[in-house]
Amino acid sequence: MAAPLTLLLIVAVTIRAVLFRSSLAELIPERVEVVSPLNAWKRVVEGLALLDLGVSPYAGDVFHETPLIIYFFHFVSDYAEIVFMMADALTAVALYLAVKDYNKTVFRKQKYALEAERYPLDCLELIRTPKEMYYIPLKVAMFYLLNPFTILSCVAKSTCGLNNAVIALFILCTVKGSSLMSAIFLALATYQSIYPLTLFAPALLYLLQRLYIPVNWQRSSFWLFTTQYTFMYLGSLCVMVCLSFFLLSSWDFLSSVYGFILSVPDLTPNIGLFWYFFAEMFEHFRLFFICVFQINVFFYTIPLSIKLKEHPIFLIFMQIAIISIFKSYPTVGDIALYMAFLPAWNHLYRFLRNIFLVSVVLLACSTLFPVLWHLWIYAGSANSNFYYAITLLFNVAQILLVSDYFYAYLRREHHLTHGLYLKRKDGSEATLVLK
Amino acid sequence: MGLLSDPNRRRALTKLLTRLNAPICVMCYLAGVAWFMGLAFEPFTLRTYMSENAMGSTMVEERFPAGERALATGREFAAHKKKVGGMPVDWLVKTMQSRGLEVFTQSFTRKLPFPDENKERYMVRGTNVYGILRAPRAPRTEALVLSAPCSEGNNNNQAVGLLLGLAQYFRSQIHWAKDIIFLVNEHDLIGMQAWLEGYHHTNTTGGDWSPLQGRGGSIQAALSLELSSDVITSLDLVLEGLNGQLPNLDLANLFYAFCQKIGVLCTIQGKLQRNDWDTTSGYSHAAQTMMLMVLKQASGRPWGDHGLFLRYHIEAASIRGINSFRQYKTDTTTIGRLLEGMYRKLNNLLERLHQSYFFYLMPSLSRFVSIGYYMPAFGLLAVILLLRALDLWVQLGASPPGTEDGVAGGVQVSNGPSSPGVLSILTPVVISHMTGVALYTLPILSQEMAVQHFPVSETEAVVLTAIAIYTAGLALPHNTHRLLQGEGTEEGWRVLKLVALLYLAVLLGCTALINFSLGFILALSLVPIAAFITPHTPKALSAAIMVLLSPGCTLLYCVFVFQELQETPVSLQDGWMLFLSVISQGILDHALYGSLVYPLLALLIYPCWLLLWNILFWK
Repeated sequence: MAAPLTLLLIVAVTIRAVLFRSSLAELIPERVEVVSPLNAWKRVVEGLALLDLGVSPYAGDVFHETPLIIYFFHFVSDYAEIVFMMADALTAVALYLAVKDYNKTVFRKQKYALEAERYPLDCLELIRTPKEMYYIPLKVAMFYLLNPFTILSCVAKSTCGLNNAVIALFILCTVKGSSLMSAIFLALATYQSIYPLTLFAPALLYLLQRLYIPVNWQRSSFWLFTTQYTFMYLGSLCVMVCLSFFLLSSWDFLSSVYGFILSVPDLTPNIGLFWYFFAEMFEHFRLFFICVFQINVFFYTIPLSIKLKEHPIFLIFMQIAIISIFKSYPTVGDIALYMAFLPAWNHLYRFLRNIFLVSVVLLACSTLFPVLWHLWIYAGSANSNFYYAITLLFNVAQILLVSDYFYAYLRREHHLTHGLYLKRKDGSEATLVLK
Repeated sequence: MGLLSDPNRRRALTKLLTRLNAPICVMCYLAGVAWFMGLAFEPFTLRTYMSENAMGSTMVEERFPAGERALATGREFAAHKKKVGGMPVDWLVKTMQSRGLEVFTQSFTRKLPFPDENKERYMVRGTNVYGILRAPRAPRTEALVLSAPCSEGNNNNQAVGLLLGLAQYFRSQIHWAKDIIFLVNEHDLIGMQAWLEGYHHTNTTGGDWSPLQGRGGSIQAALSLELSSDVITSLDLVLEGLNGQLPNLDLANLFYAFCQKIGVLCTIQGKLQRNDWDTTSGYSHAAQTMMLMVLKQASGRPWGDHGLFLRYHIEAASIRGINSFRQYKTDTTTIGRLLEGMYRKLNNLLERLHQSYFFYLMPSLSRFVSIGYYMPAFGLLAVILLLRALDLWVQLGASPPGTEDGVAGGVQVSNGPSSPGVLSILTPVVISHMTGVALYTLPILSQEMAVQHFPVSETEAVVLTAIAIYTAGLALPHNTHRLLQGEGTEEGWRVLKLVALLYLAVLLGCTALINFSLGFILALSLVPIAAFITPHTPKALSAAIMVLLSPGCTLLYCVFVFQELQETPVSLQDGWMLFLSVISQGILDHALYGSLVYPLLALLIYPCWLLLWNILFWK
């Protein structure tokens, strides 16, 4: 399997290298769909320039990256293109390994369940075979590397690619069962953009599952491990924040990075839901609605964790998707990360209901973004409502996609316990309805 | 959400849509065409009205007296033009300076990619002369432009005369709050392009021009004046700009309001307005006017010198004087008063024109159809593609939306859409697009070679190469998938058709948003073949229909229809020559002004059509 992966990496790097050299390399970083105020390369360059002049990079309200990122690029800014290509490759390899490992676990579990004859007899067609699972890791890597969204994001040198790499490494470490590394990478991801905080719950659930510790409030082993993991997480987060303080010897970055993410002062249009809403709103409602919008991202963690506590990896997928839909400055790079997981849920395909509709809408919206942007900004004949309508549709399609996968996953699990052909009490064929 | 999540209702809906697919598609097509034709029917249209408050309620008194003197200046200009054999730069500079303007010149050169036979030019060298009347009443942050082209021969001398006359008259008035720029541009659009790029410090098409020495504020509106006779019978308003962009409807309203007030006959598309909308001839008159607008807009080329202003977010129109055999004549003083009134109103603007519509069609100067009314016509055509795609998706049986609801769909999943192999779909797609790229790049690149080997001129070489590549594409790519896959499967073409349908739907949708007319015309010809093409239809007949409805042939029909509508029907021979010149103009427009129609057709629409051609010959 190493050879196809290598080939894939070479193809992906070639595409990116060619695009970096083409005339598109100047156009793409200007697209609001690809870069946000948080991760635009132009702003990193500005921050670096300020740093070189001995001014705090956060003076001037342009730069919103974390201090570690700016010191990282302080050393490698000349090799930025290579860094971003490597970040993408690293993400793909990490996802590849993680999904491979995860599939092994899934398959082992399925084998035990089969041996214990826990599945109903008519569910045999739902059983996953090694043959169909064999190519899944490669497909995951391919979905990430060859996704136009990832390519655009990489060519725009959006630091979103680095965040994705961190999250992918976190997933890899979690799946491999290394709780310390998992906590460190989760802390790094949180440090980068706050929202990955919600991945804490699935990671904890997975690690507990791996150690065969049941989620039971009365068990001391459960509390012991939870405390341990929380401590590692908070400890590494604390180290990073303090390190940032010592690097710049000021706390400016807190308000410039996290304040900027949470209070959404920059209303440049993007593919998210925030900008239009807050541009229209009266100032005195702003605080309230910011709370509502931001809680939206974190809120789903609790019900989803309860519902999916046996399936933490699927929960990670759901959480990443929710973050990328509801975060304050989303870009297409965020979407690419959760879309990479879609091949891993190939076996849910038969239970998906709206996949055709959703993929058509996503496709149409992705092409309409630049068209409506052109009509609004350059031709002046359309206005922001046109663009926001497409943003809204795009996000509705994403939500439908995610909820469709959620439904399909639950439904498969339901069939695996209750049998594929459900009968009503009167003997007629029953159908499952999500309400 | 009930519809999306309740499997029973979804199943019923999908079954209905797949069983009645063909009749629904035919119905949609007919309804789309009927809707479009209905747009010209007066009760379905809206009366135009002035939306902009700053221009609506204020009173303006027009007093321009000096029509005769303007004509004399025009004659003087003509004499100097004849003497110099081109733009009389020195005379213009001197005259404008004597009228109290700040005068500047800009020189430009431009080498066309191949000779333009319509206007007989290849190496273009010229000078723009413009004078700025500084606003006495306000900070000079905004400007208006009045331009007149310096044309070949005896055309437009009166326009330049009137422009100079107005400059002199405006200079003596004190209520100007915006700079007024009087521009005389040489070589029509090429000069205009150079001037606009110089004014806005951009260079999008690689022209070579000297930078502007003087500037006014940001330009709010512009009018381009074309006047070739001392008296006129009517004024024609030209709105269509680059890529089918239109100025804000308020500009047209302003023109119409002043024509009504001063009593000048006004036309759009050269057609007078009629009041007998309830008779057949009245309806067909309105329909013709609207179809002329649709055809002009679809061509994507600027139909007057104003066309390039629109790119810079400047509302602009051309006003063209027409002298026919009608008895009732209007003299230059009246036209001067009309322009004075319009500029006085534009001078009152507090912000850019934005209140009224940007997307509209006009069946007459006092009636318009807005985007909300005309988009359904396109939507009805586009929905056919989606319905067919849905039908194919269900046929492919890969757990279609709801029909089997997962449970019974298990068997088909195993031979779902992945089984034909990505390669067998990808090859036709890639090869079609390569042909498209060839069609886009080769005509201009290979003109020298063609000229050496064949007895043709450069322009003919370009056009004929384009046609040759276009026809070669028909023979070349079908059956390529067999090289890799051996036999094409039944699912193979279905997947390919699904891809082609969705591709075409998205493509036409985007086109229709930017340029409704182009999108609608393309949809009119491409949707039927896209909807009903399969490898099982009779080959010869389908192939003939496909060729007849291909984008190239559509262009040919458009040429004939346009001539017919303009009441200058042409013979088959002349029509063909016109078709060739339209192709060369399209390529030139793309190279000179960045019109997008040629790349759109060559790089996207043509490959998409080739995909459908592939499906027909799928083996």
